[in-house]
Amino acid sequence: MTAVARRRRRRAATTRSGPPIWFAVPGALAVGFLAIPLLGLLNQTPWGHLLAELTSPIALQALRLSLVCSLGAVAVSLLLGVPLAFLLARVAFPGRNFVRALTTLSMVLPPVVGGVALLLAFGRRGLVGRWLDQAFGVTLPFTTAGAILAEAFVAMPFLVISTEAGLRAMDRRYEDAAATLGAGRWTTFRRVTLPLIAPSLGAGVALCWARALGEFGATITFAGNLPGVTQTMPLAVYIALETDLQAAIALSLVLLVISLAVLISLRDRWFPTA
Amino acid sequence: MLRSRIRLAAVLAVTALLLAACGGDDNTSSGGSSASPAEIKVFAAASLTASFTKIGEDFTAANNGTKVTLNFAGSQALATQIQQGAPADVFASADTTNMDKVKDLVGTPQIFASNQLQIVVEKGNPKGVKGLEDLDNPDLKVVLAAPDVPVGKYSQQALAKANVTVKPVSQEQDVKAVVSKVSLGEADAGIVYTTDVTAGGDKVEGVDIPEDQNVDATYPIATVKASKAQDQAQAFMDYVLSDQGQQVLKSYGFGPPPAS
Repeated sequence: MTAVARRRRRRAATTRSGPPIWFAVPGALAVGFLAIPLLGLLNQTPWGHLLAELTSPIALQALRLSLVCSLGAVAVSLLLGVPLAFLLARVAFPGRNFVRALTTLSMVLPPVVGGVALLLAFGRRGLVGRWLDQAFGVTLPFTTAGAILAEAFVAMPFLVISTEAGLRAMDRRYEDAAATLGAGRWTTFRRVTLPLIAPSLGAGVALCWARALGEFGATITFAGNLPGVTQTMPLAVYIALETDLQAAIALSLVLLVISLAVLISLRDRWFPTA
Repeated sequence: MLRSRIRLAAVLAVTALLLAACGGDDNTSSGGSSASPAEIKVFAAASLTASFTKIGEDFTAANNGTKVTLNFAGSQALATQIQQGAPADVFASADTTNMDKVKDLVGTPQIFASNQLQIVVEKGNPKGVKGLEDLDNPDLKVVLAAPDVPVGKYSQQALAKANVTVKPVSQEQDVKAVVSKVSLGEADAGIVYTTDVTAGGDKVEGVDIPEDQNVDATYPIATVKASKAQDQAQAFMDYVLSDQGQQVLKSYGFGPPPAS
């Protein structure tokens, strides 16, 4: 169903019969419940020395590391997730639904469980990690690469789902036309398919990035917590909360602003203006 | 359309189940407080996990079923929670620093136990760690507790006494996390309390730190002023300081409060 059709349908439903009037009460409560915590954060924000809080060495380190890790996770997700989305959308291989469920499981899995699972798989004694250690001397826990891995583990499904949806919704006749005109599969993908699914891909990247940036449970469980190496912003917020509330609030505010920015960038996809 | 609606229904059903499962614990504990036996919430340092669980059970048995709910975490986290108004009745910290942080919110603290540090290594000590001096080896993956965690601060003091600089691979949130990183085999060594090596089970063992490098950790306990169960809170604190309480602490490897 296209966005336009969905919009038209929704508008028709509203005019035909409105919601029960008392829905306004739980609705307003829901808005308050979701918005008041944000007000709490803004209310306590040390506006006067916000800049000083954000440019403290620990905050800068966390900001820099969070950028590196989240962009790394997006890169890993693009590299592996886009081909996966393509396969899921276009090839009717046996067990496709199972594979789709398996690869999106980490979206709903508690991140700390993901962290434990990663440890048991890629840890020094893990299923794969043991071999990595013995064969290449590579250990992932306590490294920035480990933090990227943890973030990619929870964030990649967002990119896969969004990309697959885009691929399914697009008009395949353009691809067929490109093929008829002699374009190979790779050329068609690059020159025709990618531009056509760019909005979905963009939305997927934004969601994936936001999720990676906010990752906490899997990171602290799998990668540990060391400033400059694995202590990303959410971890820094958690640690600072116990010692330096002002710094924790300042860092939280940065994450809030980024989340808002991602949301606004997606507004045309998610909140079509009536 | 229909399929997606069925899927949505399935997702909602699973969510509801999860919520119900999460809510289960809350119901049982709040159910306890509404019935006649009283309930107290004890916030205790992570290193007290095993010993205070036992003391809690003993206390409940000795006090007409007064329910003891325990909240274990790094003392610095507990102090913050109390500052932010968490409903604690008793606070047992692994250091005086974090007790001082909440001194306006608690009664007069009393030292109830002491502890010492040990190096925790994997069973069999595969890396041959003999003392703090070995921990600066760059090939050794060492985890420490974060500097704000009591045991992290004590670790820094001990390392300073031994004149050793350690670059840890991770700074953990409480002493139990340090032990678990070693028992999982991810880290080669960590510095923890003697009592946590014992509690860590048969996957780990301890390497002694000599007296002149070691640190005496002292554990203060206090009732929280905002508590609505002052009597029970005081009774619990008294119980910890009583012979029975001290006996339990001793059985888990804690030392008596330093004589002063």
